[in-house]
Amino acid sequence: MQEPQASTGTEHKQTGSGQHTNDFTIHVATVNGSGSQSANNTLLRAIFYMGIPVSGKNLFPSNIQGMPTWFTIRVNKDGYIARSENIDILVAVNAETAHEDVQAVRPGGLVIYDEPLKLDTLRDDLTFYPVPFKKLVTPIVPVAKLRKMVSNIIYVGVLAQLLGIDMQEVEKALHKQFKGKLKAVELNMNAAKVGFDYAQENFQQQKTFTLERMDKTAGKIIIDGNSAGALGSMFAGVSVVTWYPITPSTSVVEKLMHYMQKYRVDAKTGKSTYAILQAEDELAAIGMVIGAGWAGARAMTATSGPGISLMTEFIGLAYFAEVPAVLFDVQRVGPSTGMPTRTQQGDILACATLSHGDTRHILLLPSSPEEVFEMAGDAFDLAEQFQTPVFVMSDLDLGMNNWMADKFSYPDKPLNRGKVLSAEELEKFEDFGRYKDEDGDGIPYRTLPGTKHPKAPYFTRGSGHNIYAHYTEDPEEYSVIMQRLAKKLETARTAVPAPVIEEDENAQIGIIAYGTTHWAVQEMRDRLRAKGTPTSYLRLRAYPFSDEVKAFIARHERVYVIEQNRDGQMLALMRMEYPAEVIARLRSLTVYDGLPVSADTLTRKLEHMEQE
Amino acid sequence: METPKSKPARPAKTNRLGVELTLYKGGKSTLCAGCGHNAISERIVQAFFEMNIDPYQVIKLSGIGCSSKSPAYFLNASHGFNSVHGRMPSIATGALMAQHNLIGIGVSGDGDTASIGIGQFVHLMRRNVPLIYIIEDNGVYGLTKGQFSATADIGSKLKTGIVNEYPPIDTCSLAIELGATFVARSFSGDRKQLSAILKAAIAHKGTAMIDVISPCVTFNDHEGSTRSYSYVQEHEEYFDEVQFVPYFDDITVEYDPGTTIEVTLHDGSRVLLSKMPEDYRPDDRQKALKYLMEGKKRGELLTGIFFVDTDEKNLFDLLHLPDESLAHLPEDRLRPEPAALDEIMEELT
Ligand SMILES: Cc1ncc(C[n+]2csc(CCOP(=O)(O)OP(=O)(O)O)c2C)c(N)n1
Ligand code: SF4
Ligand SMILES: [Mg+2]
Repeated sequence: MQEPQASTGTEHKQTGSGQHTNDFTIHVATVNGSGSQSANNTLLRAIFYMGIPVSGKNLFPSNIQGMPTWFTIRVNKDGYIARSENIDILVAVNAETAHEDVQAVRPGGLVIYDEPLKLDTLRDDLTFYPVPFKKLVTPIVPVAKLRKMVSNIIYVGVLAQLLGIDMQEVEKALHKQFKGKLKAVELNMNAAKVGFDYAQENFQQQKTFTLERMDKTAGKIIIDGNSAGALGSMFAGVSVVTWYPITPSTSVVEKLMHYMQKYRVDAKTGKSTYAILQAEDELAAIGMVIGAGWAGARAMTATSGPGISLMTEFIGLAYFAEVPAVLFDVQRVGPSTGMPTRTQQGDILACATLSHGDTRHILLLPSSPEEVFEMAGDAFDLAEQFQTPVFVMSDLDLGMNNWMADKFSYPDKPLNRGKVLSAEELEKFEDFGRYKDEDGDGIPYRTLPGTKHPKAPYFTRGSGHNIYAHYTEDPEEYSVIMQRLAKKLETARTAVPAPVIEEDENAQIGIIAYGTTHWAVQEMRDRLRAKGTPTSYLRLRAYPFSDEVKAFIARHERVYVIEQNRDGQMLALMRMEYPAEVIARLRSLTVYDGLPVSADTLTRKLEHMEQE
Repeated sequence: METPKSKPARPAKTNRLGVELTLYKGGKSTLCAGCGHNAISERIVQAFFEMNIDPYQVIKLSGIGCSSKSPAYFLNASHGFNSVHGRMPSIATGALMAQHNLIGIGVSGDGDTASIGIGQFVHLMRRNVPLIYIIEDNGVYGLTKGQFSATADIGSKLKTGIVNEYPPIDTCSLAIELGATFVARSFSGDRKQLSAILKAAIAHKGTAMIDVISPCVTFNDHEGSTRSYSYVQEHEEYFDEVQFVPYFDDITVEYDPGTTIEVTLHDGSRVLLSKMPEDYRPDDRQKALKYLMEGKKRGELLTGIFFVDTDEKNLFDLLHLPDESLAHLPEDRLRPEPAALDEIMEELT
């Protein structure tokens, strides 16, 4: 029997730049489906409980079990939460990728690894910590099949010891992770302790990467964007939800089911104030949403690119027949399977103009869980106010990763149910027409089925109709409808969430970005400023663009439109409406490799483009 | 004594609700004269009028096709939605989830149902969404000018001389197989039977699927077509003769049982099926399928009500919907209290 090899944490040449307190990254390389998820979330939370800003991103393959997966945790005292490309600390427990993983670590970094992998000879500029996971877990977990799961928690204990994570916070995080299931908490806490003790007995204390308590997370929560969307929808009063499962949007509806069961069922009668139905496909899902929206319920679906494609025909109908609908598009990469577990902002152009004929849709562009929550509310209001489909354009990074966020604030406005006429109100209309522009804002009045008034019923159709909803192919009557629809979109410019502008007087460079790109952009701007290149920044929050966007572009010599797609899709939308002299100022800066964008890449690219 | 200048207007025809017949009528049909679909529209007008259904409480839905145009030709006082090809079931399901107290009538074609819409049709049947689902079945695509549909029989011939070689989908057998709770077939030219079946369908509180053979006089009413008037009239086999007895609180209905078998529907009204093959009761899926198969083998087009199940839960029972419609719930029942958000936020810290 081989004795656990006592190691001193063989110190090799340190080339790192001194001390990193509350500022480094941890990269955990494991195998999908091996329970690493709970270990990583526990780690993330324990650091969060120490008051230190932290973010985590799961870089995983499209696979349920057995493929390599990476989890990267970034600890940053200044609150930068974009993905960092640096790897300071590696936890290598996946034999398949271990050698490559070690090569990616920054000089001076630490490597905690599964002892049998014998990685310590690979590089001499890193510090290696071999941990005999199997030997450690066997005595504490009698049931063999649980061992693999629990074994991952051991590295949490090891890291706690090496970096200075308070074990009480680890325990608190485990309680959260296992929702108070005491047995599971106890088992995992034992494993964490075994790791902690092992590190204490066998490794020399390192001082390069350390954690010290801060107070920067007080009052904050940890949540993923999809849960935020579910909560936002519930508090927006959604009542019909239909969907067809697709990564990375699935958890929007799964979370909704969870919360609605708790908060939207009448305790006395056992009746629900909602209907959630898993449809046979996305065609049916959007059809049900449109049917429900037409009949007056707040209805939504959640999907991703391939589902959006299937919904195309129906979305055109909803636009033209003027039916409210809310869609969450949690964007992923590519058609068909594409890279379904990778992130992108690749559906912007498709969604803005989805369907045939002239169609233009409202897109909301959240960059944080707080914003997904708020914009879910905005989406339902806007959909009913404008009687049209509204897309909440999230992405995999935002939707599926855990983010640090401020607590959500309770909506401060009542629901805006739009221009819906009751039988009494209809009485006041001399000459009611379902598609008539009564108010000059392009938004007509509608009536719901079941309204008992001779003026109420109308026949909804995708084919040509006039202002009275009567069938027509008359060129004049058809044009009237098309022009009013265009006017409605003009009105929407002033009603959608306004862009957030940070103007720097000294800046010649302007930046436009949106969604999750925001976080890397902010970090890049700080770096550029430190190097003497100030920038102004406009963060888009919606399409159609409000007038400030054009004015912002006009104020700057060069404006970089930064987005996570190849073809500069948002820039293409600007090109559709801005004159040539405005467009001439725009430069497209794109990143589209499927990984959450980093400030390193953005800075490098922007500096390169500046030199050109 | 003065003689009146004009004769007093005849009082408008109203039903027991006091609603005039005109409110049940529709716009002027733009379909071909003699199209079977028009005859079906007339029966729908009659059935809703005679069943005393408030037309404001009805929604009429359709996909795309000549058949799907027809909701514009009945029930003017009802909201209508002519949606996209093959997807009426989803529009109907959504609309009725939002307002489950309304009565839904969906009109589809054989192309709309058995080809592009077969997926949605299948899932509608298994969900038992309370909806009258009519297939106006002419064996061709009328609106696109006469291509075969998937219900066309083997050997039937198009005007162009093309002969169908693929086996037809029998929507009735399929619906029974899928768990539909009301399955019937009729013929657009059979006023009496179609009216009785429509009335029974209105009383049924689940999906009521009715395949109505409806000849297309323009593209499928010639020699060689198995959906032509003459062909259907020759080959139609009354599976049962259907009579419908509405339920009214204040009227006791007398009827002679004779050889009839009685089925009580959700609202207490009854369908009486006579000329039944031996001991047939429409409560056995297997038996219904067997009769349909055997009829097909003999080259007969069975009509009548093949299957009814009034016990099965419908979608809205399964969804535990409240009495009021979801569309009309006030804000305080849709948006949970601030305390709920506080509690959730606390859990996430
Ligand atoms: C997505 C789509 N594909 C094709 C069409 C063209 N189209 C319109 S109606 C129709 C067939 C209609 O046949 P059926 O449902 O049997 O109705 P009928 O006209 O015979 O009553 C087709 C193919 C369409 N409207 N939409
Ligand atoms: S083409 Fe056929 S189905 Fe269409 S309206 Fe004419 S007769 Fe009816
Ligand atoms: Mg047809």
